[in-house]
Amino acid sequence: MSVSAPEGRRSGLTRNIAAKIATLPMILTALVVFLGGTIWTVVYSFTSSKLLPKLAFVGFDQYERLWGTERWIVSVKNLMIYGVCMLILSLVIGFILAALMDQKIRFENTFRTIYLYPFALSFIVTGLVWQWILNPEYGVQNVVRSLGWTSFNFDPLYNQDIVIFGILIAAVWQGTGLIMCIMLAGLRGIDEDIWKAARVDGIPMWKTYVFIVIPMMRPVFITALVLIGSAIVKVYDLVVAQTGGGPGIASEVPAKYVYQNMFYAQNLGQGFAASTMMLIPVIILVVPWAYLEFSGRRRHG
Amino acid sequence: MADVLNSTAMIAIEDAPAGRKPRRAVSRRNVVVYGLLLLAAFYYILPLYVMIVTSLKGMPEIRLGNIFSPPVEITFEPWVKAWAQACTGLNCDGLSRGFWNSVLITVPSVLVSIVVASVNGYALANWRFKGSDAFFTILIVGAFIPYQVMLYPMVIILRTIGIYGTLTGLIVVHTVFGMPILTLLFRNYFTSLPEELFKAARVDGAGFWGIYFHIMLPMAIPIMVVAMILQVTGIWNDFLFGVVFTKPDYYPMTVQLNNIVNSVQGVKEYNVNMAATILTGAVPLAVYFLSGRYFVRGIAAGAVKG
Amino acid sequence: MNSSVNIKNLSLDFGAVNVLKSLDLDIRDGEFLVLLGSSGCGKSTLLNCIAGLLEPTEGQIFIKGRNVTWEEPKDRGIGMVFQSYALYPQMTVEKNLSFGLRIAKMPQAEIDKRVARAAEILQIQPLLKRKPSELSGGQRQRVAIGRALVRDVDVFLFDEPLSNLDAKLRAELRVELKRLHQSLKNTMIYVTHDQIEALTLADRIAIMKNGLIQQLDNPDTIYNTPKNLFVAGFIGSPSMNFLRGKLVANEGALAVETHGVRFGLGGYRAGREMNPGQEVVLGVRPEHIRVNEDVRAGDEVHEAVVDIEEPMGADNLLWLKHAGHTLSVRVNGARRFKPGTKVKLAFDMGLASLFDAASEERI
Repeated sequence: MSVSAPEGRRSGLTRNIAAKIATLPMILTALVVFLGGTIWTVVYSFTSSKLLPKLAFVGFDQYERLWGTERWIVSVKNLMIYGVCMLILSLVIGFILAALMDQKIRFENTFRTIYLYPFALSFIVTGLVWQWILNPEYGVQNVVRSLGWTSFNFDPLYNQDIVIFGILIAAVWQGTGLIMCIMLAGLRGIDEDIWKAARVDGIPMWKTYVFIVIPMMRPVFITALVLIGSAIVKVYDLVVAQTGGGPGIASEVPAKYVYQNMFYAQNLGQGFAASTMMLIPVIILVVPWAYLEFSGRRRHG
Repeated sequence: MADVLNSTAMIAIEDAPAGRKPRRAVSRRNVVVYGLLLLAAFYYILPLYVMIVTSLKGMPEIRLGNIFSPPVEITFEPWVKAWAQACTGLNCDGLSRGFWNSVLITVPSVLVSIVVASVNGYALANWRFKGSDAFFTILIVGAFIPYQVMLYPMVIILRTIGIYGTLTGLIVVHTVFGMPILTLLFRNYFTSLPEELFKAARVDGAGFWGIYFHIMLPMAIPIMVVAMILQVTGIWNDFLFGVVFTKPDYYPMTVQLNNIVNSVQGVKEYNVNMAATILTGAVPLAVYFLSGRYFVRGIAAGAVKG
Repeated sequence: MNSSVNIKNLSLDFGAVNVLKSLDLDIRDGEFLVLLGSSGCGKSTLLNCIAGLLEPTEGQIFIKGRNVTWEEPKDRGIGMVFQSYALYPQMTVEKNLSFGLRIAKMPQAEIDKRVARAAEILQIQPLLKRKPSELSGGQRQRVAIGRALVRDVDVFLFDEPLSNLDAKLRAELRVELKRLHQSLKNTMIYVTHDQIEALTLADRIAIMKNGLIQQLDNPDTIYNTPKNLFVAGFIGSPSMNFLRGKLVANEGALAVETHGVRFGLGGYRAGREMNPGQEVVLGVRPEHIRVNEDVRAGDEVHEAVVDIEEPMGADNLLWLKHAGHTLSVRVNGARRFKPGTKVKLAFDMGLASLFDAASEERI
């Protein structure tokens, strides 16, 4: 590039001026809300803000308190159990369903409609339905007992030890349809000839899936992984609706801890510190992916 | 399980050249495939069934029977009660208030967010300028940042402008947080259109807005529908922003539903709760069942939803 | 003749890649100039720069003597036709044609007049109310040309306009384009990778490679006296035969020695000095090799063996083995040769080309 702009060339700022004005909302959102807001929260997590944010720095005090609070520890543990299970179940169920749907079956649209409709429902609705189904007095437990198995016990929402799995059942119900859809799109994107070649070579179907198809679907899996991952960290509404964090604090999650401290307990510093902690897994997971996906892609004339 | 699939499939293939018998429609492989699909379908359909059945029963029947059995005596009383009489706090005018609030929130939020995002996407696809890609990358990464991180700064921003707690404020919030996915959707769509179309319009003398309104917008109808579906369901289903950014008077349906069902006062009326739950889910479900193909396409296109 | 489009010292970089390298080009008024090259040579980039759709990194572009380097495409007095037609799908043919005029807020009466005239020239009057999706490829491209026509521009730019059409239609539209140029007498700049289009349409051809113009001449000159090895190999199908060798003194004259065989250069009109010992490449087109009864008295005769023949109707293409070379020779389609038969051959040195092996420039 020449250093001095040639005669007649519009200067840097006014070039493409309409596009710049038109995307002002995007620029403001990106810089002020997303970047600015995140930095703001991280900075204020090192302050002693209580009712109102104030810049009185206290170092890592908020984080020390955070990790000394049982409610937070429980939240993180819950999130990890929920996260690992959700990730594995979503990927496995989503892929198996997609693979089954890809067997040139009849009523494909009907099946897809059935698997996907929960995704259209809110977490509040999801949580409330499953709260009702898992209600020990009237729900599954009661039904099984009334069939004669009187010692049958299934009350996840009232049992501190397994309450998180009760939430998991609802989350899987709501979210796997989406993963199935993405996986199915990925499977459909695979060249028909691969299957023909594998058949001609006499490779068993499961081996074709495991060694040929799944490696070819890497981008699809990565997308699914990112989707599931970022949804896991955000889990909030579902818990509020299904258990309200209970019994006791047994099903608390980080997002709820943040909300609690920011808007109820008037303990802003704690809320900021907790939300900053939530940021870390997302950065580890998403930034490298976004960098690969969205930078360096240029259109040539 | 895959093993079963495989062995049966291989048998079928090995059988074929011998030509002893034509393949039956009910092969072992089909039994396994359809069996598993039906089993899964059962799990997915069950809650919807239970919701409907429960909402049509009277409370005495619920207390005696089991939740899976169909109603002996169908009653629509719970629906009426959920819509018009259910209580949240001191208000006992039912979910209808939340419904209209949600309509009031959803309609303008959907329109504003789509207008803004379609212009963004168009600019990013066709009028790149220095830094435009950087802003976009921040936007996309931002889509994965937990809302909790940006919640309080957003409260401060809205309070500073003076629209915190208002409907306008909530519309802004939905536009801002819906922007990444929608912008991505529109950018990818406009990028997929032939670039020569854009060039031809420039040679014809159309500028930024001329090309947007005359050329791009008429071609963007399919993606508009996809975006609309995505936003209607997304905004209607929102809970967190509704709680944080509005006053109780403006609480959307989801928030009101949760308050009704999870209120600790009074006797639990499960049939009313389920009717209320169905009512809240009705709008996105209707969108889903009516749009079918577009819904799936929207999800596939915007598979990076945050 | 006046200059219509004048390009001075034009460079364009995409990041670290120099797509155009200090390119100069002067296009005459009313000329049909073809930019020819394989993909990635910069020909489309150059056209987009002229159109104002890409901004050059350095250099200037003048149209009709006016510096338009930083002007908007619409202000340059150009019309452009694209490979994918680029018709606005939601508009009828009529609206497609008039879009630019409506944007320019031209009076409706004038718009109607111009649309009618363009439709008449291109014979698309019956199509005016149709949508592009209801047209065939050839019709679409006609409308695309019409869109440039109505704007009454000085310079037409064509970006591979026929590449999306099938072979038969391509040939038809080629003729029509030529007729159009003859009647309109506008300057036309035409980008293609198809040498047939270039040879048939162009007043002059600019052959491009790596962002540089290799040769700018009329089709005859380009075909018969290519300036360098690249141009020689690019133009012509099948490609020119190349024999790599060394110049040697031979009975008072010079000859090319290759694989122990000598080809005398009698009849070759050298443009530069030749020295014995120089490494050279001798190029002979398939139709400039005489076989058997075509060999004339006084020709330097060599012997070869027929390897393969490819009958193509009007022509018959022979692949001959000769002293370590494979030569392609075009003969009349009626003449047939069995593989393995021995033939006599002679080069038409008057029409051959000789290149320096190191610089690849014509000698």
